[in-house]
Amino acid sequence: MSITAPTNNPDARTTTSAVTVDGVSRVFAARKGDGVTALDSVSLTVAPGEFVSLIGPSGCGKSTLLRLIADLDMPTSGSIEVFGKPARQARIDQDYGIAFQQAGLLPWRTVAGNIELPLELHGLGKVARRARVAELIELVGLSDFARHYPDQLSGGMQQRVAIARSLAESPSLLLMDEPFGALDEMTRERMQNELVRICAETKAAVVFVTHSIPEAVFLSDRVVVMSPRPGRIRSIVDVGLGDMSNRGEDLREDENFFRGLSQVRDLLHGDESAGRPPGARGVETR
Amino acid sequence: MRDAQPRLLQTVLAPILFGAAVILLWQGLVTGFAIKAFILPAPFSIGSEFASNLQNVADGMLVTGGNALVGLLLGAFVGILLAIVSSLVRVFDQMAVPVVGALSVVPIVALAPVLYTMFGAGAETARQLVAALAVFVPVYFNTLKGLRQVSPVHRDLMRSYAVSSWQATRAVTLPTALPFVFTGLRIASSLAVISALIAEYFGGPVGGLGKSITSAAASSNYGLAWAYVLGSIILGLVFFCAALGVEKLISRRPG
Repeated sequence: MSITAPTNNPDARTTTSAVTVDGVSRVFAARKGDGVTALDSVSLTVAPGEFVSLIGPSGCGKSTLLRLIADLDMPTSGSIEVFGKPARQARIDQDYGIAFQQAGLLPWRTVAGNIELPLELHGLGKVARRARVAELIELVGLSDFARHYPDQLSGGMQQRVAIARSLAESPSLLLMDEPFGALDEMTRERMQNELVRICAETKAAVVFVTHSIPEAVFLSDRVVVMSPRPGRIRSIVDVGLGDMSNRGEDLREDENFFRGLSQVRDLLHGDESAGRPPGARGVETR
Repeated sequence: MRDAQPRLLQTVLAPILFGAAVILLWQGLVTGFAIKAFILPAPFSIGSEFASNLQNVADGMLVTGGNALVGLLLGAFVGILLAIVSSLVRVFDQMAVPVVGALSVVPIVALAPVLYTMFGAGAETARQLVAALAVFVPVYFNTLKGLRQVSPVHRDLMRSYAVSSWQATRAVTLPTALPFVFTGLRIASSLAVISALIAEYFGGPVGGLGKSITSAAASSNYGLAWAYVLGSIILGLVFFCAALGVEKLISRRPG
């Protein structure tokens, strides 16, 4: 079995980890009763440069966990550190970039203007800004669309703009909340290939929330499988598909990829015999 | 501008042709059935009255238009300001809701006689205030609505950028609200003219369009009364188009 306890990750011990989640719970107050426990004593460590996916059925608290790491919400108990700092300080220091399920572009700004936004808000000079924006637009392959407005772009293109924006300040941590959730399957796979390429170039650690099994397995170094009510980590799967720079389209046909798929799926379905031989079941493609 | 030719035909020529047809039909009916001028004057006689009294009509437009403009600017300024305060201070918002609600159901021109006694029947102040009050309501409601349109994802984004609330307001809240503010202003621009004009019916100094319409009708000069009505329509259109023009100018977005 290639399932490891969160703290046993070898990379995490050698350097300051990118994210350390320690015994975190989040209880949402309800009108009556004890409230809803979205997360129940969750612990997780993400190493620098590591790609970790959070997967689970709706209500398992995967998005809540991401929001807590981003300091968009506060844990009821437990602590979260990002690069050794409290999450709040990391947010103020702009240690992470974030992308949401909705692209969340400003409709009155052009593609270039949207990517420029964080740089502009943080007071970077005009010349430096322009150079960085040109780089980022190139990176996400939208050079011909710099002067377009968001409503002139397809959903996939808008999401690429949002990813470029999240990368604007070269963060060492990227937080992504189902960024490809609203895209069709073909666009989604193309975006995944691009994300793998971008991650290989930027070497940023990524926490990636998804409910697609192939997406999680294809992208990740480790897949965190969560269970709902209350949100807990059921298990962590070490996918072991190798370095980001070597991941290409042919990986989707690879035997290890299929093994990862069935492992994650068995865990999601609460099957205790998660380590049994691969291929015993038909493989979902989505 | 690829389809400039057919668009020009549709947007400019078609209404002109339609308008000309209506005027000709009107003229034909009035002469054909020998309709008396106090019931409905013929468009050509209105036209000739308009042309021969051009100076008087223009003066009337200037007086009424001036009152409407002062009212529009004052009402819009106060409306936008109070909407911003309401969106920032919850208590103020709760206090303002019943007051503004009550204000919106008051037939505001009905306040004109009261205001004339307050500010003196020789001054234009009462008319300007009536226009300002009429303008305030739609501007306030639309601006407040616009200020509350910031989507959760934009709010999250601004929080993730750890920017000051003023920066977030400038980057997201105000641009989001802007189209709503302009919707309010567009409605208000016509209301300002109508209110300033109707307020003249209740007293105050002479010279405006409203007073001129009533005095021309009272002296059985129906063609002239209708010429002033034509002046009022033109004034209203000028205000509406100006508001539309400013909106187009500020929101430079294509499409």
